[in-house]
Amino acid sequence: MEDMRLADRTASARENKITARGVQVYYGTNHAIKDVDVDIADRTVTAFIGPSGCGKSTFLRCLNRMNDTIPICRVEGRIEIDGEDIYDKRVDPVQLRARVGMVFQKPNPFPKSIYDNVAYGPRIHGLTRNRAELDEVVEKSLRRAALWNEVKDRLTSPGTGLSGGQQQRLCIARAVATSPEVLLMDEPCSALDPIATAQVEELIDELRENFSVVIVTHSMQQAARVSQRTAFFHLGNLVEFGETGQIFTNPRDPRTEAYITGRIG
Amino acid sequence: MNIAVLVLIVLAISAAGYVLGRHRALSGAQGDRRNLHSLIGYYGQTVFLFASVPALFLLAVWLFLQPMLIEARVGAMIQPSDIPEGGSATLVMSDVRRLAEGLDAAIASGAVTEEALAGLQAGDAELGSLLSDAGVALGAELRPNVLEAAKAYRSDSHGARLALTAAVIAVSLVGALLSLLRVSPEYRARNVFERFVLAALIASSLVAVLTTAGIIASLLFESIHFFQLYPAKDFFLSLTWNPQFRGGSDLGIWPLLWGTLYVSFVALIFAVPVGLLIAIYLSEYASKRLRTFAKPAIEILAGIPTIVYGLFALITVGPLLRDYFAQPLGLGTSSASVMTAGLVMGIMLIPFVSSLSDDIINAVPQSLRDGSFAIGATQSETVRQVILPAALPGIVGAILLAASRAIGETMIVVMGAGAAAKLDLNPFQAMTTITVKIVSQLTGDTEFASPETLVAFALGMMLFLFTLVLNVLALVVVRKYREQYE
Repeated sequence: MEDMRLADRTASARENKITARGVQVYYGTNHAIKDVDVDIADRTVTAFIGPSGCGKSTFLRCLNRMNDTIPICRVEGRIEIDGEDIYDKRVDPVQLRARVGMVFQKPNPFPKSIYDNVAYGPRIHGLTRNRAELDEVVEKSLRRAALWNEVKDRLTSPGTGLSGGQQQRLCIARAVATSPEVLLMDEPCSALDPIATAQVEELIDELRENFSVVIVTHSMQQAARVSQRTAFFHLGNLVEFGETGQIFTNPRDPRTEAYITGRIG
Repeated sequence: MNIAVLVLIVLAISAAGYVLGRHRALSGAQGDRRNLHSLIGYYGQTVFLFASVPALFLLAVWLFLQPMLIEARVGAMIQPSDIPEGGSATLVMSDVRRLAEGLDAAIASGAVTEEALAGLQAGDAELGSLLSDAGVALGAELRPNVLEAAKAYRSDSHGARLALTAAVIAVSLVGALLSLLRVSPEYRARNVFERFVLAALIASSLVAVLTTAGIIASLLFESIHFFQLYPAKDFFLSLTWNPQFRGGSDLGIWPLLWGTLYVSFVALIFAVPVGLLIAIYLSEYASKRLRTFAKPAIEILAGIPTIVYGLFALITVGPLLRDYFAQPLGLGTSSASVMTAGLVMGIMLIPFVSSLSDDIINAVPQSLRDGSFAIGATQSETVRQVILPAALPGIVGAILLAASRAIGETMIVVMGAGAAAKLDLNPFQAMTTITVKIVSQLTGDTEFASPETLVAFALGMMLFLFTLVLNVLALVVVRKYREQYE
C-alpha cells in the first residue's frame, strides 16, 4: 500500500494537487476575488504575486478555509484537493487544516516552550502513540525547518524568546509537524532581515521535496528565486499564471509586464 | 479680601502677562513671527504660567496652613480650667471659631464697631444680644478667656488675610516680571512650557500618592493608639470577639478574619469560573451583535448598589438556602449564613471577573488564534491551549482584584452573613467579617478613646495590609508568567 502510493507519486509528481474553478470571494458587499481558476501542482513551489489588496492572501486563505473564521466572508466556486471538494459539507475544516499547513506573515509562536510549539499539532490530532514518538516528530520537524541545531539544547525555553528569523522557522516547524500535504505561506519573509530571509528561502526549496508549497510574496526577486510557477493577481482577477521563467521573461499580459517592470504596483 | 477676588486679580495679572509676553516676543523679532524660536502663543503662555501658578500654589498652601497655625496660637490662650466637665479642647476651639464668626457678622451688619467690640467683656449683656442677632447661640456661660481667644482669632485671621493678599499679588507680579524679562526671540518658550506640563503631570500623580500615604499614616497612628490601650498579643492570638462597652472586652481578630476569608472564598469559588466562562464566550464565540448587547447587560450587575444585593440576600437567597439546603441537611436554621453572603457576593463579582478577563482575552493577538486554527485546532482547543495561557497573567490580576473587592465588601455581609463572630467550618452558619465589625464598632454615640472603638482602626489596618499583600502577590504572579511567556 505504502509502496504503491510512493510509486504512484513519483509517476505523477507534476500532477495537480489543488484545482480551483470559478472561485469568488466576497467580504460583505466587496467582491474580493473574481472568478479565479488555478491548478497547483504537487511538489512544486507556486508563488502568488501582485500589488497590495489584489486578493492573493485572500485566495491563499481559501485553500485551507481560514476565511471561515471571518464571519462576513463568503466563498463561492469549487476548490479541490486531490479531487475532493474542500467546501463540501462533509469536509471538516479542522481536519482539512491539518492537511494544509499555513505560515503567516508575522512569526506567531505560541506562548509556550519551543518543544510544545512544535508538538502542538501532533498532540491535538493524536498523531503519536507515546512520548518517544512525539520527541521524534519534534526533532524531525525542527530539522526540516533548519532550526534543530540552534535550539536542541533549549527546547524547554519559550518560543517567543527566539530571534525573528528563528521564530519564523519555528512556525514552519510547527506547520510541518502535522505532515501536511500542502504548505501555504503568506509573505513569510516580510518581517525578516535578509539573512533570515535567505535561510527561509533555502528552506522552502528543501520543503518542495515533500510538500506542495504556495507562497504569497511582495518581492518579485523572491518569487523568481523560489518558485517554479507564478500567478499574478490584479484587482481580484488572476491575470496570468504560468511557469515562473515565462512570467518573468516573457509575460503575455501587458498588466503582468507593467507590474514586474515596476510600472504598476 | 475675598479669596475669589484675589484669584481673579492673579488671573488678571497673568492675562496681562500673556498679552505683554506675546507683544515683547514679537517686537524683539522685528514684528516677524518667523524669527521666533517658538510659536508666539508659547511666549504668552510662559508668562501666564509664571504669573499664575506660583501665586495660586502659595494661596493654596497658605489657606491650608493658616487655620492650623492660628489655632495653635489661640489654643494656647485657653486654660485647662476653661474646658467644661466632660468636654474637650477641640469643642472649646470650635466655640472660639463660632464666636469669631459671630463677631465678624455683627461688625459686618453694623450692629457694633471695632472699637466698641474691643471694650466688650464676657459678662456684658450687650454681647449676648449681639451674638444671638448674628445667629450664634451661646451654650453655657461665656468664659473671659474664650472671648479673648475669639478676639485674638479674629485679629489673627484678619492680619493673616491681609498678609496673604499682599504676598500672593507680589508673587504673581514678580513671576510675571521675571518671565517677561527673559522673553526674547531666542528664548525657548516651547521647551519651558514642556517642563511646566511635566511638572503639572508629576504634581497630579503626587496627589494620589500623598493621599494614600496620608490614609496609611492616620490608620497607623490610631492603630498604635489602640495597641497602647489593648495588648497586641490578645488582638492577634485570641480566638474570641466579644466587645463590652463597659470594658473587659475580648477583641481577638481571628473570628473576623476567618469570616472574611470564608465569605470571600465562597464568593470567588462561584464568581471566577462563571465570570471566566462568560468572558470566553463573549470574546471567542459570541457574534458581534450579541456581544454589543450582552456585555453591557452583564455589566449592569456591577452597577447595582450593594445594599440592593444585601436585600436580595436577606429576603430571597437566605431563606431559600435555609429551607432547601440547610434545614433538610441538618446544617443550621439561620437564613443569614456564609453561603448566603458568599453566593450573592459572587453574583456581584461576576461582571468584575468577566469584564476584565474579556478585555484581556481580546488583547491576545489575533495572529495566535490564526496560528492555532491553521494547524487544525478547534475553537475550544485554541482557547484552552493558546489563549488562556497567553492571557493568564491578566486573568490572575482580574481574580485578585475581585478578591480585594470581596474582602472589602460590607453591605452584603451585614445583611447576608449576620453579625455573630464565630469560628466555624459549617458554611450555613452565620458569621461576620472585619468590615461589618468596623461598622458596628463605630456606629452609635461613641468617642474615639476606648479600645472598643479604636479597634476599628486596627481592623482597618489589617484589612489594608491584607489587600496590599494580595496586590503584591498579583504583581509577583504576573511578573513570573510574563517572564515565561514573553
